[in-house]
Amino acid sequence: MKSKIVLFILGLFVWLLLSWPADGQDFFQHLLVGILVAGFVAFMTGDMFTSRPKHFIQFRRYVWFFYYLPMFIWECIKANIDVIIRIIRPDLPINPGIVKVKTSLKSDTGLTFLANSITLTPGTLSVDIDKERGFLYVHWIDVKDKDVERATSIIVERFERILRRIFE
Amino acid sequence: MNETIGIILIGIGLTFDFFGCLGLVRLPDVYNRLQASTKCVTLGTCSILFGVFLMLGPTAAGIKSLLCIIFLVLTAPVSAHAIARGAHRSGVKLWKGSVVDRYAEDKEGGL
Amino acid sequence: MDMNKIKSSNRMKIVRWLIGMFVILGVLAGITFYPIKILFHPDLPFVPLFSRCLIILFLSAFLCLYRILRGPTAPDRIVAIDILGILIVGFCALMCIPTGRSWYIDIGIVWALQSFIGTLALAKYLEGRDLDE
Repeated sequence: MKSKIVLFILGLFVWLLLSWPADGQDFFQHLLVGILVAGFVAFMTGDMFTSRPKHFIQFRRYVWFFYYLPMFIWECIKANIDVIIRIIRPDLPINPGIVKVKTSLKSDTGLTFLANSITLTPGTLSVDIDKERGFLYVHWIDVKDKDVERATSIIVERFERILRRIFE
Repeated sequence: MNETIGIILIGIGLTFDFFGCLGLVRLPDVYNRLQASTKCVTLGTCSILFGVFLMLGPTAAGIKSLLCIIFLVLTAPVSAHAIARGAHRSGVKLWKGSVVDRYAEDKEGGL
Repeated sequence: MDMNKIKSSNRMKIVRWLIGMFVILGVLAGITFYPIKILFHPDLPFVPLFSRCLIILFLSAFLCLYRILRGPTAPDRIVAIDILGILIVGFCALMCIPTGRSWYIDIGIVWALQSFIGTLALAKYLEGRDLDE
């Protein structure tokens, strides 16, 4: 039931953004249709949405999330400039390979966000997840270290520290 | 002022897009191509969309372009991940200059 | 013998890189000085600037099409199709400003979600599994 309420609020929010009233005249009609549609969707598929709806109320998770966002954008811009320099040099300075890193995150959402962050940051692309043993297989465009521990400390740890506080 | 910043952001985004597609042509193997193109084109298109938001202001189209940024950032890495896994499972080899392939080692050991 | 081969291949690489840079700089200079203005009505705002921007996006799309035609394996083509979808989203967002029609961005949102689902289906097909697994 709580999961359904969370999905209802999220759906209504996205609906209101999509049907943003430019001059504010049809606002109540949009709101009424949005409540009907979001209620229907939440009633049908609400139970699959999240297994721990309590996490949506805790305020400190949002604070950590807004701390995580600018760091992520900065890493993303650094990654792009790095990749562009690699592309336009005539000798193509790449040294690729697939390495294995360890992670201690357990929840599905946390693992998904970790894989997305790894994909959008310097030189790395997550290929597969071994969820039972907690391993991530990462394609790295410039392999600095083949060892599991040291690769983990280079790739994963700066995100994992924050993502644990958000999603676990 | 907002229009100037928006035009600058659109220019940065176009540069990233173009170099991402150039990487798609120049790099030697599927995984490297996936890296360059996914990163550069996702950030470039997000930058274009944010520039459009700054130029249009909080109208209907501007808010929709912000929503589009959220959708792109959430979906593009997932599709890159799916393609990489599918390519590796369907037997595409890494580039011949690759250093290490732990995934193939572990799969042979496990199966 | 071997060393000579490596040296000559390196020289070929640098020559190819120089030709490519020359072509790209030439095309960019051509866009800057002779823009194509057939896309829009000339009274609308920002038309010269945005026709140049759209031509750069067209060039990126042609690079993707090269990879779709030449790609040696199936995953290469799927990557190029995915990237082409994201480029089209940027194209729709850019069309919004000089034409002043806000429904272009709706097409962009729908295209982003739809190409995501299509790419996931193609990746599943690549793995050789059924779609409902």
